[in-house]
Amino acid sequence: MRYQFMTAALAVTTALSFAGPAAATDLEVTHWWTSGGEAAAVAEFAKAFDATGNHWVDGAIAGSGGTARPIMISRITGGDPMGATQFNHGRQAEELVQAGLMRDLTDLATRDRWAEIVQPKSLLDGCTLDGKIYCVPVNIHSWQWLWLSNAAFEKAGVPVPKNWNEYVAAAPALEKAGIIPLALGGQPWQSSGAFDVLLTAVGGTDAFLKVYRDKDADFAAGPEVAKVFKAADDARKMAKNTNVQDWNQATNLVISGNAGGQIMGDWAQGEFQVAGQTAGKDYTCLPGLGLNEVIATGGDAFYFPLLQDAEKSKAQEALAETLLDPNTQVAFNLKKGSLPVRGDIDLKAANDCMKKGLDILAKGSVMPWTDQLLSQDTQKQKEDLFSEFFAKPDMTVEEAQKRFADIVASAD
Amino acid sequence: MSKSERPNQLFRNLNAKVASIPMVLTALVIFVGGSAWTVLYSFTNSKLLPRLNFVGLDQYYRLWSTPRWLVSIENLLVYGVLSLVFSLVIGFILAALLDQKIRFEDTFRTIFLYPFALSFIVTGLVWQWLLNPEFGIQGVVRGLGWESFSFDPLYNSEIVIYGILIAALWQGTGLIMCLMLAGLRGIDEDIWKAARVDGIPTLKTYLFIIIPMMRPVFITALVIIAAGIVKVYDLVVAQTSGGPGIASEVPAKYVYDYMFFAQNLGQGFAASTMMLLSVVVVIVPWAYLEFGGKKHV
Repeated sequence: MRYQFMTAALAVTTALSFAGPAAATDLEVTHWWTSGGEAAAVAEFAKAFDATGNHWVDGAIAGSGGTARPIMISRITGGDPMGATQFNHGRQAEELVQAGLMRDLTDLATRDRWAEIVQPKSLLDGCTLDGKIYCVPVNIHSWQWLWLSNAAFEKAGVPVPKNWNEYVAAAPALEKAGIIPLALGGQPWQSSGAFDVLLTAVGGTDAFLKVYRDKDADFAAGPEVAKVFKAADDARKMAKNTNVQDWNQATNLVISGNAGGQIMGDWAQGEFQVAGQTAGKDYTCLPGLGLNEVIATGGDAFYFPLLQDAEKSKAQEALAETLLDPNTQVAFNLKKGSLPVRGDIDLKAANDCMKKGLDILAKGSVMPWTDQLLSQDTQKQKEDLFSEFFAKPDMTVEEAQKRFADIVASAD
Repeated sequence: MSKSERPNQLFRNLNAKVASIPMVLTALVIFVGGSAWTVLYSFTNSKLLPRLNFVGLDQYYRLWSTPRWLVSIENLLVYGVLSLVFSLVIGFILAALLDQKIRFEDTFRTIFLYPFALSFIVTGLVWQWLLNPEFGIQGVVRGLGWESFSFDPLYNSEIVIYGILIAALWQGTGLIMCLMLAGLRGIDEDIWKAARVDGIPTLKTYLFIIIPMMRPVFITALVIIAAGIVKVYDLVVAQTSGGPGIASEVPAKYVYDYMFFAQNLGQGFAASTMMLLSVVVVIVPWAYLEFGGKKHV
């Protein structure tokens, strides 16, 4: 597939370079979008970028952000920068920007009035450091979704739950029917993310901000967060039979009806789409686990390493424009299952779940996510804790909460 | 050769000395220099980029209070001791069996050595599949009728490290066997004859005569195995990626994760310095005994 696509892309570029005097500039773009839905979405970017007379050289790195980011960072710090690279906007690339390795896009942003077109505003904040803009947000991804398989609940003979509490109550029935109540992949970021979602849903937005933004360790050790750990304990029991690693394998368990549901970001929607399932009929989505309907304005953004080559620098600008182009935004986000970063475009083709997301966005119920609030170091410690917690049934809730409070106390 | 005209030591074998300069430089600049740099920066609070901002022993305090590091060390100890013992024992027994002038010796030797041609990544993947409860050994045995048969070390926190050990032994013992076999072949036939004349049983001959004579081979094998133990990383990544949870984490993986994933170089350097220290603690006394003592003989 990829070769076919590359050949096609190559053919388009060749045709274009014959047509116009502007020579095609190759720009390598690295990203970690490799699952079915993701690859289809990124192909939209490549198509649009190639249409500008340049050439998108696909640098996909398999194995999710955890594997890809070290490779990207090593290349940038090691003096072999790519033309553009994906990061989650926020603090992942903070030090690279501070070290002057990333290109300042402020001029371009002022010219194209990004401040006006990018909605919600906090997205651009994630790209801004000391008043300068360093990245182009391309989508909004929120973690706070619960994906439920309608078929699984039908088989278990219980109605599809409307929130987390009903879901927990339905777990025994699912288990009796031979269905894994909750699918949770073994990669550490998944357990850590699931906990953060529970923190927002069960504890509330304020609790989330108190812990991660204000780094209030006493609060993290207190009774309100204890409730969240109780919920995490429920989730741990429900997920104990999942023997898969990758998030999309876990999503696949839900798609095939072998698992009741999954707590996963809205990128999971791309997988449901690729599998040909319809929102509302085959699967149900509950933003904020049906308890607290907010959208975290995390997401993906493209950063542009500072290059010496004038041609490539020009191509970088062309790419930045392409990424924010209304048509590209629609095409990309529909395939990706994420929400667009522009408020002024029409998403008629959006499905049920995306519409729910757009509604919440329109209401302004947005909040920052951990990528913006915590350093990678703190995130990694959190991941270590929760991957241990979810894999070890005999780890007590009290012990986990104590260690969590320690991490919050030393967080930066 | 008259002693009074002894040439200057510095210029003896000049060609050889010139030829070894690149290697000497590599060793000094890359190994020694790189290690010194790492140790120096482990006392700083470097994050994504190295910065000389000293924080004393903070990184080490944090390291030794991190549960994941402690689990890693425990795993390395279990894995290290067992893989050392089993590699040597199994390797020697296989070699001794092959040395009985059996038929098809070449074939057996090839079969036993073959796994060594595979990288740890491939070994890890193969054993991940073999130990997968649904498709692997457990699935096959259950398919044969033993419904209650349970063998899924990779999904059980308590025993996951043994699942990794099995894969490592499968991969590594062939090489040790070959080393041992070479050692056994180096033993003079007359020794065996003499032992037989004295009426010493075969087992005792092996234990008290042959093995002590094979000391150099054992030392070589020991160094090869020990080096493999400390740096074990790819096998774990391919087989379990440290899971379930953090149950099969190893120090080398901690170093990588904290240096690159957590963007905390200081912490990663502190962990790698501890690894270096553990190697030094083992190697230095041994090297002293091995090489230091010989000069007096």
